[in-house]
Amino acid sequence: MDFLRPLTWAEALEMKAERPDATPIQGGTDVMVEINLDKGRPTALLDLAAVAELAEWTRDNGTVRLGAGVSYTRLIAELAGDLPGLAQASRTVGSPQIRNRGTVAGNLGAASPAGDSHPPLLATGAEVEAESVRGSRMIAITDFYRGVKRNALEPDELIRAVRIPVATGPQYFSKIGTRNAMVIAVSSFAIAFDGRRVGTGIGSAAPTPRRAPEAEAFLESALDWSGPLDADVARRFGELVRDAAAPIDDVRGTRDYRLHSLAVMARRTLTWAWEDHLRCA
Amino acid sequence: MRVTVTVNGEERIADDVWEGESLLYVLRERLGLPGAKNACEQGECGSCTVYLDGVPVCACLVAAGQAESRTVVTVEGLASDEGLHPVQQAFVECGAVQCGFCTPGLIVQTHALLAASEGVPSDLEIREALAGNLCRCTGYEKILDAVRQAAGRADG
Ligand SMILES: Cc1cc2nc3c(=O)[nH]c(=O)nc-3n(C[C@H](O)[C@H](O)[C@H](O)COP(=O)(O)OP(=O)(O)OC[C@H]3O[C@@H](n4cnc5c(N)ncnc54)[C@H](O)[C@@H]3O)c2cc1C
Ligand code: FES
Ligand code: FES
Repeated sequence: MDFLRPLTWAEALEMKAERPDATPIQGGTDVMVEINLDKGRPTALLDLAAVAELAEWTRDNGTVRLGAGVSYTRLIAELAGDLPGLAQASRTVGSPQIRNRGTVAGNLGAASPAGDSHPPLLATGAEVEAESVRGSRMIAITDFYRGVKRNALEPDELIRAVRIPVATGPQYFSKIGTRNAMVIAVSSFAIAFDGRRVGTGIGSAAPTPRRAPEAEAFLESALDWSGPLDADVARRFGELVRDAAAPIDDVRGTRDYRLHSLAVMARRTLTWAWEDHLRCA
Repeated sequence: MRVTVTVNGEERIADDVWEGESLLYVLRERLGLPGAKNACEQGECGSCTVYLDGVPVCACLVAAGQAESRTVVTVEGLASDEGLHPVQQAFVECGAVQCGFCTPGLIVQTHALLAASEGVPSDLEIREALAGNLCRCTGYEKILDAVRQAAGRADG
């Protein structure tokens, strides 16, 4: 195994171009588990932790550019106001020690259907900034997930940052698990209001994280945006979110439980978001 | 490969480190610091918690090469010549140690919690902070007692 240690972003891109087989490592909270448990040995590790540019975030024109090296702990401490949905999801990741190391970019690199950052990234319409020596491109989050633990990155590409719109309305994340900490989602859901647009994201209930476009369209037309939330609308929204999922039975939960819990989480998060909406309107 | 890292205030060099090796392995097997424990090697138990550049992390999930030129403090680095650190003393006095396997990780994580808290943290804050440290012996009550006692002490 080789250990590659770039000190700048330009160097990292050159190394990745030369060694497309190298496995990037940031927080290591996915990569090191695989190595420790001998689930496949990378031919080389490309350590991005020393690339200072990646550890920064900036806010520009209503968008946060979240560097690939920003930990969940920092995101929670520094960006909970701008990115409330993603911050809520980040608070549920692992434990303090895991959040001190783990990153959203690592979550995207791993592309697990159960990754907690995915539902809020989908609900807010985030973009992944991918770069290689050939240039930089923006990948819409809906195009990023390509299958169980597969993503749209080319072998020579690295994630430079994730671009997430600053919240303009209420956002909520909800996750089912067996305890409050250190839990991989049985199922999860995120909702985001942007003006009168509604965004959704479903986690751990299909081969990839996904939106529920029909549920979004239904809400946008059914909500009157002024009065109390119609219970039938909320219930129907839950059903449409559930119908957008395609879960399986596995060790963490059954297909039926995932479907049921998604309908409940969708209805509840909508209710919370609606309360905020009325309070702020 | 060679890894140079400052551990408990001293520059240490580890040679012949395998590229896929963890910081935990380097500390325990190459630098003779068995304080941080190896229980799960997958980030679940927290018994390997150490400070890396002042931030508590699971040493089993840090690649050795990622610690190059950085600063590590392990549980061995907390006591002084005068004796145990107040957090350690509180764990002993409150009966928060049974088999002791989880203790080093809990000590470091508690140390970090108290360093970041003003006054005595609430039980909820303590539980949140220690959610990544598993103990199979004590049932956690004595551990909570120890954290509260140490927090009181740190306040003077
Ligand atoms: C005990 C424990 C609990 C966990 N709990 C949760 C949880 O509750 N929710 C959750 O979602 N996840 C959880 N995880 C998984 C993990 O912490 C997350 O997926 C985290 O976001 C990974 O980030 P990282 O920086 O540590 O990634 P790494 O392990 O460094 O990398 C992960 C993947 O991303 C790739 N990668 C990293 N950076 C880049 C980059 N810049 N460009 C391209 N590819 C890159 C790597 O090659 C690898 O494939 C847990 C893990 C552990 C060990
Ligand atoms: S040995 Fe590192 S967390 Fe269990
Ligand atoms: S005292 Fe035995 S695991 Fe905690």
